[in-house]
Amino acid sequence: MRISLFIPCFVDQLYPNVAWSCVRVLEGLGHEVLFPESQSCCGQPPFNSGYWDESRSAARVTMKAFRDAEVVVGPSGSCVTMIKVFYPDLFKGEPDELEARELAAKTHEFSSFLVNVLGVTDVGAKFDGKVTFHDGCHGLRELGIKNEPRALLANVKGLELIEMCEAETCCGFGGTFAVKYAPISTAMDEVKCASILETGADTVVSNDSSCLMQIRGMLEKEKSNVRSLHLAEILASK
Amino acid sequence: MATQSADFQTLSRRYTADKGFRAFIQKGMSGYYKKRDLNKANFQDWQGARDLAAEIKYEAINHLDKYLLEFEEKITARGAKVFWAQNAEAARDYILKVARENNVQTIIKSKTMTSEEIHLNDALEERGFGVFESDLGEYIVQLRKEAPFHLVFPAMHLTRGQISDLFQKELGSEATDEPEKLTMIARDVMRRKYCEADMGISGTNFAVAETGMISITENEGNARLTTSLPKIHVALLGIEKVLPKLEDLSLFLPMLATAGAGQTMTCYNTMYAGPRQPGEPDGPEQLHIVLLDNRRTELLADAEQRDSLGCIRCGACLNVCPIFKNVGGYSYGTTYGGPIGSVITPHLRGLKDWKHLSAASSLCGACTEACPVKIDLHHHLLQNRRNGAKSSPNPLEKISFGGFSLMMGHPALYRLAVIFGRIFQPLQSVVNGTILDPLRAWTGSRKFPTLAPQSFHQQWKKDRGGKK
Repeated sequence: MRISLFIPCFVDQLYPNVAWSCVRVLEGLGHEVLFPESQSCCGQPPFNSGYWDESRSAARVTMKAFRDAEVVVGPSGSCVTMIKVFYPDLFKGEPDELEARELAAKTHEFSSFLVNVLGVTDVGAKFDGKVTFHDGCHGLRELGIKNEPRALLANVKGLELIEMCEAETCCGFGGTFAVKYAPISTAMDEVKCASILETGADTVVSNDSSCLMQIRGMLEKEKSNVRSLHLAEILASK
Repeated sequence: MATQSADFQTLSRRYTADKGFRAFIQKGMSGYYKKRDLNKANFQDWQGARDLAAEIKYEAINHLDKYLLEFEEKITARGAKVFWAQNAEAARDYILKVARENNVQTIIKSKTMTSEEIHLNDALEERGFGVFESDLGEYIVQLRKEAPFHLVFPAMHLTRGQISDLFQKELGSEATDEPEKLTMIARDVMRRKYCEADMGISGTNFAVAETGMISITENEGNARLTTSLPKIHVALLGIEKVLPKLEDLSLFLPMLATAGAGQTMTCYNTMYAGPRQPGEPDGPEQLHIVLLDNRRTELLADAEQRDSLGCIRCGACLNVCPIFKNVGGYSYGTTYGGPIGSVITPHLRGLKDWKHLSAASSLCGACTEACPVKIDLHHHLLQNRRNGAKSSPNPLEKISFGGFSLMMGHPALYRLAVIFGRIFQPLQSVVNGTILDPLRAWTGSRKFPTLAPQSFHQQWKKDRGGKK
């Protein structure tokens, strides 16, 4: 399959290794990976803040970048939700509504694509460690992704998954919310990190780098030795 | 300027800083989660029940004209008086008029959030009526001169010790930390009040159009006494509380009990169909039904968010909301707190002053998942944000997102901007976490991520050259 990679802007700038991990996993499964270089941002920050006109300008660049794509895969439940769930709302009544709907239909979150589209749960990865998994809210509640990452982790050699009590509780990131309401966002992060530490896991994994940025930010500030990795990075480990 | 917004910032900052308080609220909720899940499992199909509840509410809300008139006609035929109150003032004036005309001295109340919405107690007390809350939690917060902390658990923020102290101070009782003893202290006071009161004011959980009845559900038996001992019963309800059929209650009563308090059924479920009928030995001589609009019809006119009128005030969305659990009920400054309050308050009290509540959310969607009638709560928060940005944009945000969209809309500008980002990042590290740090809202509690030496875009170009 010819897979067009959708890399969220902050992953592009902060976590290129997550993007490369996706490339390695997908190519390892024998697929061709494309990266349309004109992509920038899906438009979620202005959308979530209520500035839909501004959001549409960014979203149109994304739509154009993937116009000819056969299938679009991105390593973020949140940014994929923006395309898959919110583009149809954002472009409702606009001349390019149909194009938004077409892109929504062919776009998939990384773990969901592997399990539900490719039918793969074992990518031949190896990772020694105790891992706990954080369900990003958008992936979990907007896209209904719960079992897919776990099915993939279950087949990683050497990996032990320990579920945390607050796996489905929001980490408190929420985009601009994290700075507009920093004390609340921080309190939520504290609840999440306490639950991670309670498991005794050495690594926290998620399918959303934005959640991991929030979680990692606090773990590092508190000088915890718990690592945080994107699911794709685990699956690309040999 | 938006003082409500500033108050929310101040209060939420204060409450989140109190880790002991946050742990107390979390602990209180954990018992609820266990019981709720146990009772959800007693439903043959909880998701199916939610679908059905949403359908029934959809039918009722979209035909309020029909069902409210049917309800009025049926209950009036048995001697009840129905008053249509367009706003809070009209509702208060009517209740005051009934109280004056009947020479009422003392009023007893059972739990009603709608009366909080119209600030009824203040209005009654200002005019010299004695008003007593009979629900234990409500009585406690009334003694403390506080508003309810939570729609369903008004005094959940207080420890037994605090309640005991309050009773010692206000009622002259002995110190105790046994819940049974505390309840008995309040009960002693309350039993006397039921006998003295000449008016009982209640809320209403559901109104049934088909039979012209109101349904009140409670755990303490206080609503039954409030509504049956005094000679006048006033029942207050929002116009959205009407259900088409009696059989709808067979779904909504267990659903409300489960979602609201983790119970199979609430202890007392009572139907009221009118005042005392000829030949009946007891019951109130008058039953007044106050149907309150108070801008609900404006919400009804909003096709996107109309479903939020389906709310049965169970509080399930508050109980799962990570914002509510961390900031508590008093930060909101509204009658209805938590996600449902953040959604409807801008409609009931004005978007400009209350839109900040819609921004104060990570949009995690736990509320929508928990809502028994499937109100699309977290998406309504997004719509409120959009409506707010359109009607009264924040100038700084407008400029920032304008710049953002210009940059993201032009890939070349985006690439240029990230070059600047890499130049400025080392400068930020010098002021990191200090008052000069522009990123302090983040870096105060979290480490800021470092830009990769090269973006994926750059690495891909280098590695895969030209291949698109």
